[in-house]
Amino acid sequence: MKKTYINGVGCISAQKTFDTVFLEEAVYNQNETILSVLAPVYKDFITPTAIRRMAKGVKNGIVASALALKDARLENVDAIITGTGLGCIEDSEKFLKNILDNNEEFLTPTSFIQSTHNTVGAQIALSLQCKGYNFTYVNGAVSFESAILDAKMQIEENEANSILVGGIDENGDYTTSLFKLAGRIKQDGEQPYDVLNPTSTGTVFGEGASFFVLENEKKDTTYAQILDVEIKNTLEENEIETEIITFLNANNLQISDVDAVVFGLNGNITFDSYYTSLAENAFAKTPQLYYKHLSGEYDTASAFALWMASKVIRTQEIPEIIKVNSVEKPAYNTILLYNQLNGKNHSFTLLSK
Amino acid sequence: MEALKEELKNKIITTLNLEDIAIEDIADNDPLFGDGLGLDSIDALELIVILDKDYGIKLVDPKEGKSIFQSIETMAAYISANRTK
Repeated sequence: MKKTYINGVGCISAQKTFDTVFLEEAVYNQNETILSVLAPVYKDFITPTAIRRMAKGVKNGIVASALALKDARLENVDAIITGTGLGCIEDSEKFLKNILDNNEEFLTPTSFIQSTHNTVGAQIALSLQCKGYNFTYVNGAVSFESAILDAKMQIEENEANSILVGGIDENGDYTTSLFKLAGRIKQDGEQPYDVLNPTSTGTVFGEGASFFVLENEKKDTTYAQILDVEIKNTLEENEIETEIITFLNANNLQISDVDAVVFGLNGNITFDSYYTSLAENAFAKTPQLYYKHLSGEYDTASAFALWMASKVIRTQEIPEIIKVNSVEKPAYNTILLYNQLNGKNHSFTLLSK
Repeated sequence: MEALKEELKNKIITTLNLEDIAIEDIADNDPLFGDGLGLDSIDALELIVILDKDYGIKLVDPKEGKSIFQSIETMAAYISANRTK
């Protein structure tokens, strides 16, 4: 069975994650309830004719995938697999608004064709002329992990040698206003929104696109090997530790072998206890990292975490801004990522040098 | 007629998201498709919707589109002659 290596990464997020080394320009914004991407110069990557119809999620996905390919020194791949929670929600909103505003008449095609969840994967395939396997997973907060799992199996089974895998989500004004009404996004006026010391329910929302070139061989450009990925849709809080131990044991590892753990803490007092009980007990002696204070919460925010963990293994450094505790290790060779959203859709991803 | 041409240029720029193009960049006789503005078949559908929604003109024969959407000049002339609103 072939191994799966991360050989190139590209990330567009609320932080300057392009044209930088590793979060040296990161800013922890505690005053906004919705974080927007720090946009690159799209025209450097996409032709003016194509760009005018693209919503930001598509543009971010294309740029992040181009950065990942460049990083891996590849021009094309055998397959493209994406994960997204809400897809191209901006164009979906536009299209639905048009239907209502115009009484189901005068419907234009542009926002409709760009509104499907697989638009990003399709546009990347078009720009690369990649006619291989192209699939998009829409599985809530495990959309990205589903994509990674598929890619890993394709590589292990020799179905593909190189795969572009990404997680993309974008903010839509109407959708975020509904999330705010429903309490999924924190209420205005409750600043500072401190992820590590939350005082309210809901989260600070965000958006972004992170892409990875996965290959079946180790190269000069390799960041890490993906050892394992596991998805559990439902788990009780008191089952998490056992589940993680079983997951690690399946990979011949113990908790003490983990050099750093990345938690999906998002500042929601109702559900962050899933992480804090692990942080205070099983992983008390392990360096703990967090990221949603930088990326914001969205269904594929865990792709930002994978980008971050890959960078930690490559640079062997942990920027202060992502540290939960002050525990350090001489080397960061094995990293565990644990994410969940609202107590559901749990995922464990294991990386090694 | 001049006001209508100006209005059409504005609508085309906004509806088709022609970000880098200003009204003064579009000459009345510039071809809208191909070498001129470089519009494509999806844009043609958007133009058909503009005719219907804003000027009450329904194009029944798609072949007509080729001559109507040749330039701003031809579009404005067709709209002036056929508009119902």
